[in-house]
Amino acid sequence: MSLSNETIRQCLTEKFGEDIYDWGEPYGMLTFTSHKDLNLKILQFLFDDSALQFRFLTDLCAVHYPERKGEELAVVYHLHNLIENIRIRFKVFTPIEKADVFSTTALYASANWMERETYDFYGINFIGHPNLVRILNADEMDYFPMRKEYPLEEQTRIDKDDEMFGRD
Amino acid sequence: MARPVQYNITNKPIEAPIALDKGPEGFTGEGFFATKLSDVVGLARKNSIWPLPFATSCCGIEFMALMASHYDLARFGSERVSFSPRQCDLLMVMGTIAKKMAPIVKQVYLQMAEPRWVLAMGACASSGGIFDSYAVLQGIDQVIPVDVYVPGCPPRPEAVLDGFMKVQDLVGKESLRRRNSERYKELMNSYGIQ
Repeated sequence: MSLSNETIRQCLTEKFGEDIYDWGEPYGMLTFTSHKDLNLKILQFLFDDSALQFRFLTDLCAVHYPERKGEELAVVYHLHNLIENIRIRFKVFTPIEKADVFSTTALYASANWMERETYDFYGINFIGHPNLVRILNADEMDYFPMRKEYPLEEQTRIDKDDEMFGRD
Repeated sequence: MARPVQYNITNKPIEAPIALDKGPEGFTGEGFFATKLSDVVGLARKNSIWPLPFATSCCGIEFMALMASHYDLARFGSERVSFSPRQCDLLMVMGTIAKKMAPIVKQVYLQMAEPRWVLAMGACASSGGIFDSYAVLQGIDQVIPVDVYVPGCPPRPEAVLDGFMKVQDLVGKESLRRRNSERYKELMNSYGIQ
């Protein structure tokens, strides 16, 4: 038996109906979006279902879309079925003012590190994470540097000539 | 184009098949030589500098070439590369120092005994280099005082040798009282070091 994008889509639509939307297949990878409150239910279903068996969390990260008002931050899960060797991408969106998303650490142990990293850079508050503190940046950092309202460049320098760096 | 380092811009004629460095000035007679204590101490110090390599990235690779037989830093009395800060005279910081790494550089510097010198090798250690980023320290002189900066990305081993000879120069000529002076204390205080 071989698992195809159509079968996965069928399984998910049967179970969750209209709650999963924005279906797409960029570069052949099935991608879909859901409400952020449902993320644990959907991931649990993908994990447990005997046909789907997405038991490996390849990657978890966030994206900041400043122009999408009310759902500025996206959390992206990349899942892998190691038996059928098929990958899917699952997104949830959350408003930036209250960036609360349920933690998937209970389901995937690998989410622990990645959720800390995502919190570190985007400030997403993963509810239920056992130790949600900064992991890569300095502990005393007081903002989330990958959010687009913050400039990437070091701001304390006054002796660097912007022209030399191709900026104006 | 010739790289502008000491050995190719200052032409040093070879006086004899084996050229000897001139010793310090002093009075010499049969069986004795008298000179200033500071000159002797300087001479001893500058020819036995023990480096502590603090290598975090590609400059460290150039440093390995520098230590190896071809460039051979051992010729300058620095055979003994130590990884214990307590025994070292020269902290060589080579590579990008992230802001999270800054306290560690400072701690290593604090663990070194006086007199101590610091050489910043490469663009990143000197100024942050290409990493004009929120996560990277924009030059290690923000956390510790630096004696010699070696430019380059990464610098060639010759350039580091040139910088090392500059350090030797500083070490040899340093007044024995410099580290007790008010000015030195001020410098240390400006970095929050007692």
